[in-house]
Amino acid sequence: MELVLFMCFAVITVASAALVVWHPHPVKSALFLIITFFAMGGLYLLLEAEFIALMQVLVYAGAVMVLFLFVIMLLNLKPRTTGRAEFRPRLKWSLPLVAILFGAIASVIHHPLSRLGRGTGEDAAWVAAQGGNVPAVGTLLFQQYLLPFEATAVLLLVAVVGVIVLAKREIK
Amino acid sequence: MVPLAYYLIVSALLFCLGVLGVLTRRNSIVIFMSIELMLNAANLGFVAFSHFLGGLDGQLFVFFIMVVAAAEVTVGLAVIVALYRNWDTIFADRIHLLKG
Repeated sequence: MELVLFMCFAVITVASAALVVWHPHPVKSALFLIITFFAMGGLYLLLEAEFIALMQVLVYAGAVMVLFLFVIMLLNLKPRTTGRAEFRPRLKWSLPLVAILFGAIASVIHHPLSRLGRGTGEDAAWVAAQGGNVPAVGTLLFQQYLLPFEATAVLLLVAVVGVIVLAKREIK
Repeated sequence: MVPLAYYLIVSALLFCLGVLGVLTRRNSIVIFMSIELMLNAANLGFVAFSHFLGGLDGQLFVFFIMVVAAAEVTVGLAVIVALYRNWDTIFADRIHLLKG
């Protein structure tokens, strides 16, 4: 059962990711990217990472993709008039390169993974004692990882200020 | 129980598709979406390892990656909007200021 669900989500994820790259129309690319993010949320649920699955759907499929679609529609982007004439030759030389990259990654996945032992972090019993995945992540976030958490708050503030500086028109 | 290697292969495929998108597409926004795909591939790897090693640290890393990615998307899209204002296009091969 779990394997069937995994296969469904994995196939949806990879297929719609391929369509993101392949589709000439940017709006449709963005919509396929939303499908990819939803299916990845399903994969996270299978990995018992409920908090991350929730964040994936809320932050990526929600906020980030709304921003992408907003900019695409703001700029009124259309596929180029030259069609796929420039895309196909580029695909021809980049596909072998990417295949080599995938082979390199796959060879690493296949061999040294068997030597991986159990980690030293919090185990399943500790997570259950906290009352589930979300409270456990929260406990770690506000205790062990408090300093990085505060640093991300500063980072977001810097991003907000930076975006305002970039996006505002020059006042003549 | 799905083996760890399956998740890592999905993650590797996603990363390779992201690389393919950056190499072949010339629309800045689609290039940006491909970069998001690569970030997500890394996230999937983190969560898979965190599950199979029996800890939560990987999930916290993913949380921080998501925060940074959200900030990166806002800044990147603002850069793209500024590019469009100056060049009236966002196709990366039409913006050739550095080529002279």
